[in-house]
Amino acid sequence: MSAGILSLIVIGLGVLGYFLGRGRALSLATATGRKLHSLPGYYGQSVALFTAVPALLLMAAWLFLQPVLIDSRVNAMIPDSVIPEGGARSLVMADVRRIADGLDAMMADGGISENELDQMRADITNIRSRLANVGVALGSDVPVAVFDAAKEMRQSSKTGALAMTIAVLVLTLGAGGWTLMRINTDLRARNISENFVKALLIGASLVAILTTVGIVSSLLFETINFFKIYPAKDFFFSTVWNPQFRGGSDLGILPLLWGTFYVSLVALLVAVPVGLMIAIYLAEYASKHVRSVAKPAIEVLAGIPTIVYGLFALITVGPFLRDYIAEPLGLGSSSSSVLTAGLVMGIMLIPFVSSLSDDIINAVPQSMRDGSYGLGATQSETIKQVVLPAALPGVVGAVLLAASRAIGETMIVVMGAGAAAKLGLNPFEAMTTVTVKIVSQLTGDTEFASPETLVAFALGLTLFVFTLGLNILALYIVRKYREQYE
Amino acid sequence: MYDAPSLEKTVDQKSTKIAAKDVQVYYGNTHAIKDVNVDLLDKTVTAFIGPSGCGKSTFLRCLNRMNDTIDVCRVEGDILLDGEDIYDKRVDPVQLRAKVGMVFQKPNPFPKSIYDNVAYGPRIHGLARNKAELDEIVEKSLRRGAIWDEVKDRLDAPGTGLSGGQQQRLCIARAVATEPEVLLMDEPCSALDPIATAQVEELIDELREQYSVVIVTHSMQQAARVSQKTAFFHLGNLVEYGDTTQIFTNPVDPRTESYITGRIG
Ligand SMILES: Nc1ncnc2c1ncn2[C@@H]1O[C@H](COP(=O)(O)OP(=O)(O)O)[C@@H](O)[C@H]1O
Ligand SMILES: [Mg+2]
Repeated sequence: MSAGILSLIVIGLGVLGYFLGRGRALSLATATGRKLHSLPGYYGQSVALFTAVPALLLMAAWLFLQPVLIDSRVNAMIPDSVIPEGGARSLVMADVRRIADGLDAMMADGGISENELDQMRADITNIRSRLANVGVALGSDVPVAVFDAAKEMRQSSKTGALAMTIAVLVLTLGAGGWTLMRINTDLRARNISENFVKALLIGASLVAILTTVGIVSSLLFETINFFKIYPAKDFFFSTVWNPQFRGGSDLGILPLLWGTFYVSLVALLVAVPVGLMIAIYLAEYASKHVRSVAKPAIEVLAGIPTIVYGLFALITVGPFLRDYIAEPLGLGSSSSSVLTAGLVMGIMLIPFVSSLSDDIINAVPQSMRDGSYGLGATQSETIKQVVLPAALPGVVGAVLLAASRAIGETMIVVMGAGAAAKLGLNPFEAMTTVTVKIVSQLTGDTEFASPETLVAFALGLTLFVFTLGLNILALYIVRKYREQYE
Repeated sequence: MYDAPSLEKTVDQKSTKIAAKDVQVYYGNTHAIKDVNVDLLDKTVTAFIGPSGCGKSTFLRCLNRMNDTIDVCRVEGDILLDGEDIYDKRVDPVQLRAKVGMVFQKPNPFPKSIYDNVAYGPRIHGLARNKAELDEIVEKSLRRGAIWDEVKDRLDAPGTGLSGGQQQRLCIARAVATEPEVLLMDEPCSALDPIATAQVEELIDELREQYSVVIVTHSMQQAARVSQKTAFFHLGNLVEYGDTTQIFTNPVDPRTESYITGRIG
């Protein structure tokens, strides 16, 4: 039975459980003449939740774990001898998986029966051509061990799926039935179903947290590998970034951090003032009509893919800055420059800053404004001295959010600022950022285990630490401000 | 309807501070204030009473043009402050509001220190030439707001950290710091406990020596305690206006009587 059908069955049983639970509670109440502790619906809910949720969770866990376990078992069946010269074990495993799928397809075609398959031997039957008939093309003839592994994989998957179906159904009926039996007039069904929902909510937050932990630990793992083969001191303090294909690279992060910082700074210098002014205009001065047109129009900017901004930087802004500013002033002759990327990124960030700040400014209570007007303040005095200070924590949050976006942005930098890692002050020079280098190191031709590739993880982790620090700072500022003024 | 000349006799020697003539207020199509004529006296506390939604706040907000901040609101008729029409084109509403201060129903201290809250108005209007003068104004206003003793040691603490009653007195201190001639108060005690209310009422009584005070209140007792004149509003009409004692002991209009005795509202 497929997972989809099984989950439909479980959900169906859950719905059934709802009506059974509700009915049972109602009939118990009439039979004993006592008042129910909770509304009848809560009894139904409790039964439904206990019927469906644990079973669905079990199913999810099973679907996740089963392939992992089967893979490791099948993997053990493949001797090193069948792994072709210069090939990798993972490629053979991929073949095994495809053959197993192909066998399934053959069965579905009605080409062979289960028995015939058992008899089938890789050294006798022409597996390759038969598999090709069902659309599975293999590069070479199938070695015996591989074919056996594929049969084993198929077999275990089938057994596993059956076991899962049984286990899930048993759990569904068991948990549901048990809850149904527990129903009596004093059962606090309302509290039970509320606690259950609470547990679900906690579970959902755990998913987010665990994902973060997973991401960080995978980064951390590879970063440690990197530092085993490349000195940390050189990474953090060297001012040269010069990766070589054949070893002996200089992988100093400083030029990249500087580039990231410089480009983000330019972007924020554009986005924050413009965004804030837009927000103030929209929130305080614009008429309803203007607002209803202008706000969505500005938010369209947020919907443009960054690659399009990148094109804009590459073919419009870059050449313009070069031809009209950099070259006449003798500041450089490159169309890729920090300023190009920064300006375009700033434009991209405007809607983030303006939209968030606008919401925040709107959330400042009208009573604050009234208080200020009532003292004879003008509108601009009110905005400067009352509304903006009250909105400040939120605005700081918006700015830091924009900063994280700027730091993480890649496409605009590649196309606008180039890929040359440099430590320099001239904004008309090409520079590059951490994210760009992560991409170029990972997409290079070098071996995965070389420092040139692994450095990407160290760069990623550094970036992560930076943005995390930024977020913590934002939280700290906001909280400090709240304590003071709430 | 109230007849103006007969009143002049009962409260003599006090001059008219604000005169309203045939005032109409509309919110879009809603006619919220209808034909209101009233003379508010100098150095007097006037109470506006009436059931919820009868237009007390609306009329109060006309007196310092706070209604200008509401898009849909339209005011007709004349309102004269010291004989000058405040709705005249030449009058800057911002200047006017410095002269006619306002205290709101909910305490609304700014997210600033206590000192900066009080100094806000004086700074905007340039009332102090230096820090020493500003300090003086702040202290004087806080004393007048009857809150100086409670906050003198923590002028740098945020005004929002005070209790509700303290916040409201801070807002009153903030309002008097701009040296207004008229002080409008819209249910200033509705968010306060009885002790804080008593303090604010005492304060209002003191303010009367210098200002003309208009207070909207839902509490009949409060109106009786703090005011010398009372205006009763009903469904946007000014039903009756007169000496507080007369309104409460011997109302002319049957609607006033039923409101005061608790039959409407
Ligand atoms: N901002 C507004 N927009 C539209 N109608 C309003 C507004 N403020 C008040 N009103 C209406 O005007 C009438 C008088 O309101 P208000 O002056 O607040 O009464 P009160 O203060 O006496 O309780 C009410 O009917 C109310 O619905
Ligand atoms: Mg009101």
